[in-house]
Amino acid sequence: MDEEPHSPGPSIRSSGRVQTRPLSPHLQIYGWSITMAASITHRATGMALSGGVLLLAWWLIAAATGAEAYAVFVRVAAHPVGQIVLFGLLWSLAFHLLNGIRHLAWDLGYGFKVSTTRLTGALVYLFSVLLAAAAFAVGIMVRQGLGV
Amino acid sequence: MSTFRTPLRRIEGLGAAKTGTTHFLRQRLTAVALVPLSVWFVASALAYVGAEQGAVAAFFAEPLNAILMALFLLAALYHMSLGLQVIIEDYVHQEGLKLAYIVLVRFVAWGTGAACGYALVKLALGTPI
Repeated sequence: MDEEPHSPGPSIRSSGRVQTRPLSPHLQIYGWSITMAASITHRATGMALSGGVLLLAWWLIAAATGAEAYAVFVRVAAHPVGQIVLFGLLWSLAFHLLNGIRHLAWDLGYGFKVSTTRLTGALVYLFSVLLAAAAFAVGIMVRQGLGV
Repeated sequence: MSTFRTPLRRIEGLGAAKTGTTHFLRQRLTAVALVPLSVWFVASALAYVGAEQGAVAAFFAEPLNAILMALFLLAALYHMSLGLQVIIEDYVHQEGLKLAYIVLVRFVAWGTGAACGYALVKLALGTPI
């Protein structure tokens, strides 16, 4: 029978002796902290933005193709589903940008105190939402200004 | 004998990983470049929300805008390739599948870059200002 790699407790090795080695518990054992959440959110937003690059390519190619192709993009972008996706991408970019700056600060050796990492993590969440909301609002105002 | 490593291996200082910090440094280099470039891109894109195709084409007919967009795309696609590679290496444990995903990411990045590059050149050169 296969050993379960993450279950604590005795395991029988080829020597036949039962060994009780401490094994590190798996992910679900740990309580969530803001630093863990920011770390995995950085990855998730990075993946979302990878999809966003494909939409960016569509936008650019549509603009290069002509007025009709571009109008199709604008229609999809203005649709409620398109708006939700665009807001999600705006927030993803804001988060990845701000948390990326946090990472670059770490690379330079700043901000490693535990209390500081918690504070900067919380600030990244707060300001990413504010930044995305502000950018989205500007987008709405520009669109209304054009009377679209 | 305190070490089994040859003097050459020791002074190279690369250890079992074989390669140095190229991936790490390029991830940071593109990240630093993307801080101003992504802010420029979002600010520019927001100004053209709901605009006509002609207005967008005129925007990219400006040399500075076309060049900044090309740099933004290059940095973003490179950064994306490196980032997705790390995620794949962390979560995909089967060697063949891991390689296949990384190759796929590279192909998509190059394909997207080529398509966007063509579109950008067309916009930059094809539209009378």
